[in-house]
Amino acid sequence: MITFIPRDKVSKNWIIIAPILSIFFTIFFGLLIFTFLGYNPLETLYQIFVSPFSRIDRISDILVKACPLIIIGTGLMLCFKSNVWNIGAEGQFIMGALLAGFIALSFPNIETKFFLLITILAGFVGGALWAFIPAILKTKLNVNEILVSLMLVYVAMLFIDFIVRGPLRDPMSFGFPLSKPYPEGALINKIPFPGIGFLGQLHYGILFVFLLVPVSWIFVNKTLGGFKINVLGSAPQAAKFAGFKRNSITITVLLLSGGLAGVAGVIEVSANIGQLQPEVSFDYGFTAIIVAFLGRLSPVGILFAGIIIATVKLGADNAQMTMGIPKVVTGLFEGILLFFLLTGETLQKYKIKWSEGKK
Amino acid sequence: MIKFSMRIFSLIAISISVLFFGISSAFAENPTKVGFVYLTTPGDHGWTYAHELGKKMVEKRFGKDVKVSVVENVPEGPDATRVIRELAKQGNEIIFTTSFGYMEPTLKVAKEFPNVKFEHITGYKRSKNVATGNIRFYEGRYIQGVVAGLMTKTNKIGYIGAYPIAEVIMGINAFAQGLKSVNKDASISVIWANTWYDPVKEADAAKVHIAEGADVLAQHTDSPAMLQIAEKNGAMGFGQSTDMSAFAPKAQLFASINNWGPYYIKKIEELRNGKWNTGDSPNHWPGNVWGGIKSDMLVISKFQNMPANVAQKAQEALDGIKTGKINIFAGPLIDNTGKEIIPAGKALDDGALWGMNYYLQGVNGKVPG
Amino acid sequence: MEALILTIIATSIPLLLAAIGELIAEKSGILNLGVEGMMLSGAVGALGAVLWLENPYYGIIAGALSGVLMASIFSAFTINFMTNQVATGLGLTIFATGLTGLAGAPLVGKTIPSLPKIEIFLLSDIPLFGNILFKQDFVAYLSIAIIIFTSLFLKYSKSGIILRAVGDDHQSAHSVGYPVKKIRWYATCFGGMCAGIGGAYIPLVLTPHWSEGMTAGRGWIALALVVFASWIPWRIIVGALIFGGITIAQLVGQARGWAIPSQLLSMMPYIATIIALTMISGRLSKNNSVVPSSLGKPFFGSQ
Repeated sequence: MITFIPRDKVSKNWIIIAPILSIFFTIFFGLLIFTFLGYNPLETLYQIFVSPFSRIDRISDILVKACPLIIIGTGLMLCFKSNVWNIGAEGQFIMGALLAGFIALSFPNIETKFFLLITILAGFVGGALWAFIPAILKTKLNVNEILVSLMLVYVAMLFIDFIVRGPLRDPMSFGFPLSKPYPEGALINKIPFPGIGFLGQLHYGILFVFLLVPVSWIFVNKTLGGFKINVLGSAPQAAKFAGFKRNSITITVLLLSGGLAGVAGVIEVSANIGQLQPEVSFDYGFTAIIVAFLGRLSPVGILFAGIIIATVKLGADNAQMTMGIPKVVTGLFEGILLFFLLTGETLQKYKIKWSEGKK
Repeated sequence: MIKFSMRIFSLIAISISVLFFGISSAFAENPTKVGFVYLTTPGDHGWTYAHELGKKMVEKRFGKDVKVSVVENVPEGPDATRVIRELAKQGNEIIFTTSFGYMEPTLKVAKEFPNVKFEHITGYKRSKNVATGNIRFYEGRYIQGVVAGLMTKTNKIGYIGAYPIAEVIMGINAFAQGLKSVNKDASISVIWANTWYDPVKEADAAKVHIAEGADVLAQHTDSPAMLQIAEKNGAMGFGQSTDMSAFAPKAQLFASINNWGPYYIKKIEELRNGKWNTGDSPNHWPGNVWGGIKSDMLVISKFQNMPANVAQKAQEALDGIKTGKINIFAGPLIDNTGKEIIPAGKALDDGALWGMNYYLQGVNGKVPG
Repeated sequence: MEALILTIIATSIPLLLAAIGELIAEKSGILNLGVEGMMLSGAVGALGAVLWLENPYYGIIAGALSGVLMASIFSAFTINFMTNQVATGLGLTIFATGLTGLAGAPLVGKTIPSLPKIEIFLLSDIPLFGNILFKQDFVAYLSIAIIIFTSLFLKYSKSGIILRAVGDDHQSAHSVGYPVKKIRWYATCFGGMCAGIGGAYIPLVLTPHWSEGMTAGRGWIALALVVFASWIPWRIIVGALIFGGITIAQLVGQARGWAIPSQLLSMMPYIATIIALTMISGRLSKNNSVVPSSLGKPFFGSQ
């Protein structure tokens, strides 16, 4: 029989041990499942975890894939830290991309890259507006933000579908659901490397991540806003006592996370697609939830978590190409990883005691 | 002991070199490397399964002379760009990308790999090393219309479309032309599923059609769900992309089968002979190869579950299309609002087909969007 | 019309089952966001079992067991290891989507015999509603039985009252000597069983197939239905029928040529859910006794 005894303070050792142990357990269970399903487990692990690093352009593909995950994950971090459960980042991503796309397509001849500042801002506004709906319902009418933000994902998916097949459809596309291509000024270019050329899809949007991570680190650790969020999440009573306004914090974190998801949407479409199409997000919004937790709700952690999840996703592609394993294995890994990470969190707060007692 | 560890060391060295140089050494060998990118899995028993059958024909025809790699379930976006590039990097000499949404990704990667040949299925943009191929699916729909018109008792036909794009709309209109040729009283209702593949939604749409009184169903979506519902409810329908009679032995009247094999074989042959080309047909309609019943790219399965006289009419329509005696979109064509599209004595050309955004007489409602 | 009503009922049943299961779990204080995942595993389990044993009734059992299996994973983490329920539930859905995709890969493209309709003697001959009410499949009858059972259970049985006590205030329930963790385990597994059967209904009756993620968001709708019903079992029937009705209505609208873009019609169920939630939450904040007070909070007491 196992019992848990609360620790006096959070165990420092476990903060480091827990993520390592959870990755170890994840791999162990992954091995079991692959063996059970009849795949060569070691080769599978090689394909999923090692092969994405086997070429320099593959590594750059990891960064490209991780980029939206890290941006969205950072926004979600603020929500989750303050116990606000925004799980609709997927919809906010889409609405950000859509509003930015609308603006980009309204100026078909623009060439200056300064225009990108406007589209990125539009993306932020689009995502934030979409997150404002659960925010206002939550604070004014006490409506559960989990369900509202999630329902809005489906609405956003259908809305972009409608827009791209109707109002914004390129008349030259033979009825196919594509908008016109973005003007030059709204495109994010690939980064040229002297002597090598381009590395896969590696684009300037990555720079935003390198800007975002330190900024969010400073915000969370060094500013009053970050402090309020931390207190509100970990000690709601104390927050109340200190007079922090629960509602305004809730609205702020939802707007920020929605806005960041929207920015991720702009960067993804402007750099990798170059026009609007019915599907612009490929579960980035949902995957980023895992990234936020895997990163233990810290900016630097989320950077690494995004890279790990992106690696698994690309590795799953490679596993499919070489071994015919269905792509969904990524979900399997993400789920198990999350379970063990959360368990690790419990172990930071509690000691385990083994006892022979009756139940 | 040293000997043993030496052996282990060399074993490791060999396996590492195999891992890292396996890809590059394959360049030196003879077989033509062919890549395929699929939107779903062959298990859809529809669109992708038809491509899988084409791929199998390639393997059978060339045997050891080709080496095929396939990637399934590739979403139409940045992932497609990456996967296609990866296939090119792995030394595939010709890559078939088998869904419309791969158009821009294919063109993008083709620019980076000028020596690799790309074959985009159902697209309309080409470049020096990107060719396009498509099937005249609508020819089969005309025959479906003929059979539906003769088989329906309620004079209501239920049609499930994926998306209101030209390819699907021309299919509906061809169906309407076939229907009109044998039965002036019947009409077609259309439900848009807004998906190519969602069995539950397709089944719901089929149920609604039947509840609304339709007794013959047609689909331009990919799963066999519609036929299964028809089978359960005593209605009839047509198989899509592949022969679906296994799912609905009593309900399937016939299936329009997409036969990609001959096209793939022809293009790979061209590549091996150094004669691969993108054709010189005009750029404004899809497919520098747009083949139909005549060129065997669209195959009509056995007529079944229908009386002999209906089967005979269907056969006549099939022969008529094959010999060119029937021109499906010959005037006079009038749309369902009464507007004349084209007068008697003329016929729509291929370009006009790809601009269709109206329904012809016999179809209810209005094209959305 | 009758055929349309039958279609609406069939569409509603998976929602109804998943929602009633979740209701019981929530009444015990457990918020399980893994309903979608449990439904998916129910679907794949049922299809696999029927392909193997060739009897659709085994599909119901297999669906229930698969759902319970997923619920046990959830219980082990949230109840025993005291992990965050929201995150664990999300994790369960992601995990189950992956697992079922992998396990279901060999089942893609295969088909199974459907669950037969059972006519209730004489009653099914009643004009107008005989066919609708008394010529249904086993799971349809079962789902109504479950609603009646849970309704009576929560209201009148001693165990039902204990369950609610645990959900309302686990500390007091614990101090009076009720085994909080055990009760929550049972409630969550009951939820898993219902969601599993609900998921199984999709391949067993709606469309005899497997395709990845075929539940297509129904698990989330079920979660919304619980709030919509304000934790009262019979209201789930109403909610599920409204939702199923809107889903089918937009298809009918298209078939009849109503000139509304289909995407906008498809949005209706989701928007309706948000509106319903808003209306109900407004009322709930005045009368808070309906919401289990300990919902979503982990219980640390040792047992």
